[in-house]
Amino acid sequence: MLKRIQRETDHPGAVVKIREAAWPAPFKEGLEYSSPARGTWNIVHTGMLIPESHQIFVCALGCLRGVVLTAAEMNAMDRYSSVIIREENVLDGTMEELMIGGVTDVLEKLPYRPKAVLLFISCQHFFLAYDQQQVFAALREKFPDIRFTDCYMIPTLRKSGLTPDQKMRMQLYSMLEDGPKDPRKINLIGSNLPVSRSSELVWMLENGGYTFQSIHDCHTFEEYLAMAQAGMNLFYEPLARIAAEDLEKRLHQPYLYMPFTFDDEELSGAYQRLAETLHLPELDEEPLRKRKREALLAVRELIGDTPVAVDYTLTFRILSLVKLLLTYGFHVTEIYADAFLPEEKADFEWIRENYPEIRISSCVRPWMRFQEREREEKVLALGQKAAYFTGTDYFVNLVESGGLYGYDGVVQLAGLMRDAFLNRKDRKTVIQRKGLGCESCI
Amino acid sequence: MRQVAGLISTYSSDEFGICSALYELGGMVVMHDASGCNSTYTTHDEPRWYDMDSMIYISAISEMEAIMGDDEKLIRDLTETALEMKPKFVAVVGAPIPYMIGTDLPAIAAITEQETGIPCMGFAANGMNYYTKGVSMALEAIVRRFCTGPAVRTENLSVNILGATPLDFSLNGSVDSIKDWIRENGMDLGACLSMGSTLEDIAGAGRAHVNLVVSYGGLAAARYLKKQYGIPYVVGVPFGEKFPAMLAKMLKEAASSGKDLVSYRPVGKNQAPPGTDSQNSEDHLAGDRINGRHTGKDADKTRISIIGESIFSASLAAAIELDCGIPTRVLCPLDTEDILLRECDLRTPEEDDLMKYLPETKIIVGDPMYRVLCGKDQRFCPLPHEAFSGRIYDPVNPNLINRKLAK
Repeated sequence: MLKRIQRETDHPGAVVKIREAAWPAPFKEGLEYSSPARGTWNIVHTGMLIPESHQIFVCALGCLRGVVLTAAEMNAMDRYSSVIIREENVLDGTMEELMIGGVTDVLEKLPYRPKAVLLFISCQHFFLAYDQQQVFAALREKFPDIRFTDCYMIPTLRKSGLTPDQKMRMQLYSMLEDGPKDPRKINLIGSNLPVSRSSELVWMLENGGYTFQSIHDCHTFEEYLAMAQAGMNLFYEPLARIAAEDLEKRLHQPYLYMPFTFDDEELSGAYQRLAETLHLPELDEEPLRKRKREALLAVRELIGDTPVAVDYTLTFRILSLVKLLLTYGFHVTEIYADAFLPEEKADFEWIRENYPEIRISSCVRPWMRFQEREREEKVLALGQKAAYFTGTDYFVNLVESGGLYGYDGVVQLAGLMRDAFLNRKDRKTVIQRKGLGCESCI
Repeated sequence: MRQVAGLISTYSSDEFGICSALYELGGMVVMHDASGCNSTYTTHDEPRWYDMDSMIYISAISEMEAIMGDDEKLIRDLTETALEMKPKFVAVVGAPIPYMIGTDLPAIAAITEQETGIPCMGFAANGMNYYTKGVSMALEAIVRRFCTGPAVRTENLSVNILGATPLDFSLNGSVDSIKDWIRENGMDLGACLSMGSTLEDIAGAGRAHVNLVVSYGGLAAARYLKKQYGIPYVVGVPFGEKFPAMLAKMLKEAASSGKDLVSYRPVGKNQAPPGTDSQNSEDHLAGDRINGRHTGKDADKTRISIIGESIFSASLAAAIELDCGIPTRVLCPLDTEDILLRECDLRTPEEDDLMKYLPETKIIVGDPMYRVLCGKDQRFCPLPHEAFSGRIYDPVNPNLINRKLAK
């Protein structure tokens, strides 16, 4: 029986088949819609990873709103303060006085003494060309026992050089200082979520006699500072490259990129490079691949031809994941994304050639507000946005890959797919919580 | 120090107040800002976002567009999307960066209207003012533009509600309760700006006999309707058991006399003067409290302090005094006018103001995010305010309209 692939509410400016999709951005820019799926992290969540630190945002009321309530919803108001920019500061050029006076007032009011302050500035500061050096010098002189670092909430500048996400990941390590190194210590940097301890990546390093740590393992500011002792930094998120480069330059820590891929050969190449660099025994991947195959085949058997929708918030390499699922016979019908990373190009071409009818849907085009969000048939969604747009309660609740790295990561993902297929979730409640993995009072 | 919120939250801003006020009217509201403001508003300040579709978008301005003053792109995007989505109107709303680069939003709106034939409005918000100002700007603009019906009064006494948004009244049934209370008192409901009414309802708002102003955001629209249609207004929210009866009586009196009234101010001192601000009028010198139990002299011995929006809080203070007999004052951190407060009430725009005045009180009523300012010997009664703590306390935000207040 013939099935109509394009639904009546599909809009040509918001939904496109991959065979017709432009690379790397399938949709034109314009006004944007924001769906209620909120599980991804923002700069407040990321900054809170530094133990014993305090965040101070200097912004207009409108800009403060999202960050103060992020802190509140993650039960971290005791580590957050605001300094409010008003019209007179813009008109009179009193930004420096406001910042120095405001931060001083905050620090005198706090019932505790933070060891570090993350001082966030906004787009307005850039347009006013305020004197950042003067402000930080004055604060460091006034509070010599506190470390200050500059952080940025600058969405207007998101297309000019580094994105706010990239800058935040870099500034997260900006207080580390160069010093003696311990070559047996390895950092994982730039990830909001900790890597799963059952990943073969962790096993490989620890079995080779290395101490493998990330900022999530630091419970004191001193432990955080000790990350500077590591002999090497690993990262697997493309957004973290700039942080790795900065640490190499400042702290003389070399880095190795371990791509978050779902492709066996690419992953294998990464493990081989890791083994060579750190003189580790070569990883016996065959049993791991076998376990991965079995997990995927088992869940494929369960899910059958149920349509699968995937969105970009689930993992950095969304097209790599889609290719894997298609290879194993999953009925992937929709991809929700507005742009793809350069390293996804080969996967994009592969899908376009082999599954040209797969639909790519925008998450932000205005029409998506009115896209039909209920489906007659059961849909399995991978990611919160896919769950929202397809109106399914059967979804994998995961963002930013959830630290599920490598062959073991796929096995765990298969388990999450099984669970999602069998058990409904309270979609409305679950997807509206901010910063999946952080505390939430919602 | 001024402009510091070291311990507490900060209020929602003017751009979000505009979005909230226009949300249900079938328009397309576009914040001219970088990405981020849209999700902030829809996550924290808009409890209708998940279940009620509305065209709230962002222009996603970038650095180069800002530096180059590329208004053409905004106009193009507005025009294309409006022609496609066919909204009843377009509102383009300012934010910090358009303010700094001097974007002429009314002009952009005028050009977009020319291009599309759809009514367009430009709002010079800048993200640096409180939501109260945004609600006020939006509601005044909407009645100026769309309330064009005849000035013929309805047969029965009818009441418009002005200034209702979830930012002040949440979605806890309060606004529905106000509507029910109006009907229970033998009056008809006109339009409700802006929850539960359509643009067509608002077009006929000029037929009402009296306007009920339930927040500062509704006052400018009330003054316009007074000027244009001669409709008097009464300021107040029917909290508690006894106060609603008094307020209902005042609505009928105002409808009959044509005089504007601030319901919670003492008799003889409660007539709102014409004009925009009564700062210099004698009314704000009124000393007696609504129940006559204490005067301005003993304001410092006030047992209860309510922190919040002026009309909401002063009405609640009046209700507490009438129902419980406990002296109560308002500490208002937001935009207001002296005529909307009583003599014992204070404007407290800064965290430091609250830290100064709160120790004088025994009981603090306010959003839970003010609890951190509550002393050991004081009692804190949480009363969530969406415009301060967002969605966090939605499940426990009580509806206090026309019902007994718990002691």
